[in-house]
Amino acid sequence: MGIFTMPSLGADMEAGTLVEWLVKPGDEVHRGDVLAVVETQKGAIEIECFEDGRVLELQADLGAALPVGAPLALILGPGEAAPEPKEPEAPAADTKPEAVPAQALADTPEVAPDPAVAIPLPHGATAASPAARARASELGIDLATITGSGPAGAVLLKDLEVRKSSAAIVQTASPMLEMRKAIAAAMARSKQTIPHFYLSETIDVQPALEWVEARNADRPPSDRLLLGALFVRATALAAAKVPSVNGQFVDGALRPTDRVNIGVAVALRGGGLVAPALIDAGAMSVDETMSGMRDLVFRARAGRLRSSEVTEGTITISSLGAVGAEAMAGVIFPPQVALVGLGAPKLRPWIVEGAVEPRTVVTLTLSVDHRVSDGRQAARFIAEFQSHIASPETL
Amino acid sequence: MTKEDIRTAFIEELLDIAPDIDPDTLGEDDHLQDDLELDSMDVLNLVTALHRRLNVDIPETDYPQIATLALAVSYLTARVT
Repeated sequence: MGIFTMPSLGADMEAGTLVEWLVKPGDEVHRGDVLAVVETQKGAIEIECFEDGRVLELQADLGAALPVGAPLALILGPGEAAPEPKEPEAPAADTKPEAVPAQALADTPEVAPDPAVAIPLPHGATAASPAARARASELGIDLATITGSGPAGAVLLKDLEVRKSSAAIVQTASPMLEMRKAIAAAMARSKQTIPHFYLSETIDVQPALEWVEARNADRPPSDRLLLGALFVRATALAAAKVPSVNGQFVDGALRPTDRVNIGVAVALRGGGLVAPALIDAGAMSVDETMSGMRDLVFRARAGRLRSSEVTEGTITISSLGAVGAEAMAGVIFPPQVALVGLGAPKLRPWIVEGAVEPRTVVTLTLSVDHRVSDGRQAARFIAEFQSHIASPETL
Repeated sequence: MTKEDIRTAFIEELLDIAPDIDPDTLGEDDHLQDDLELDSMDVLNLVTALHRRLNVDIPETDYPQIATLALAVSYLTARVT
């Protein structure tokens, strides 16, 4: 029997709010199925199952803010019988997880932001403990309506418990602010723990552009390619050749992988950024890469990404798009070990076979984790990328 | 289909892709990428949506001709049957 738990959806995640169950007790589930939807700082994420089996029991209530690792459901393995009701196999089986006070979360090691102190105390506000204040804010409860049992009538966390059950599904007050905090936490951690170094190369993308134009000329808009799909494909092929820039740094070492899951940094309109991964991009054709990217960008903007997409990236591409600056040295997304930063395409004088020609060029800057790689590997990655972009038919 | 219908269709599809744009302040000459901050994926999605809705297949080489509301309305009006 397995316990389906609140997953960690990023190095900075402390807790998530369960907002939807897509299964009920008795349902058959398979590895990769979406069982629940959790609201996080990065929007709603569909949580996938890691095993085959049957749902025995749902253990968490909708609207509950639960810490990473909290049990959500019990899953029986294939052929496994339900345990006797009085002797549950799993220790957590007979206790529903309690909603977590923000203060307890702030005590977790390696967690920089303290949600409890992020909420200002307005003048004339009701006295309350920081944890109770944070929780009340989450639940949308007005503290003035609560009778406090603490010193001088201060509202304590336990005073909220009565009201908790009737609280509606949690709506974060400002999703944009929450996303900003998530980005800040992940990027600060990256810069504090990853010794970055950077290699740049300006690449002639004229052959790739012309190849895309020729391919698109007789295709309807729904089947057209973007240059970005070629960049993703070139990254997938180069990462497969240079394994030391591909993977996740876990427990003091790069965990080897033969899969390439390319994170695609997607700017959200109105601000914010997410970088969901195109899972197994290494095994895709250019057309599959393009349709995968379209789907990923659409769902990133609609706020419906899957848990595997936000946790299993092995290298990320961040592109400035068609208009913008010519180069970017990006910050690596932990626990990944490299990031491909692409500037906007620029028309520049370029030497082609001994003569100066106007060509469209793109500057690639590879940010690399020096704990894992040295300049030689980074240079090799760039050379591989460049050779595929020069010969797009190899993509 | 009148010019006004085409204008409405273009604005609706644009807002579907960029819901934060305020149709009341959308300028005739606002550039899709420079002013309204559409990226190349957004432009492709807009072209795909216009193809579906108006049955006008805009080739890549013509993208500059739909770069603003004013340009797009006259381009599409000439091509909608």
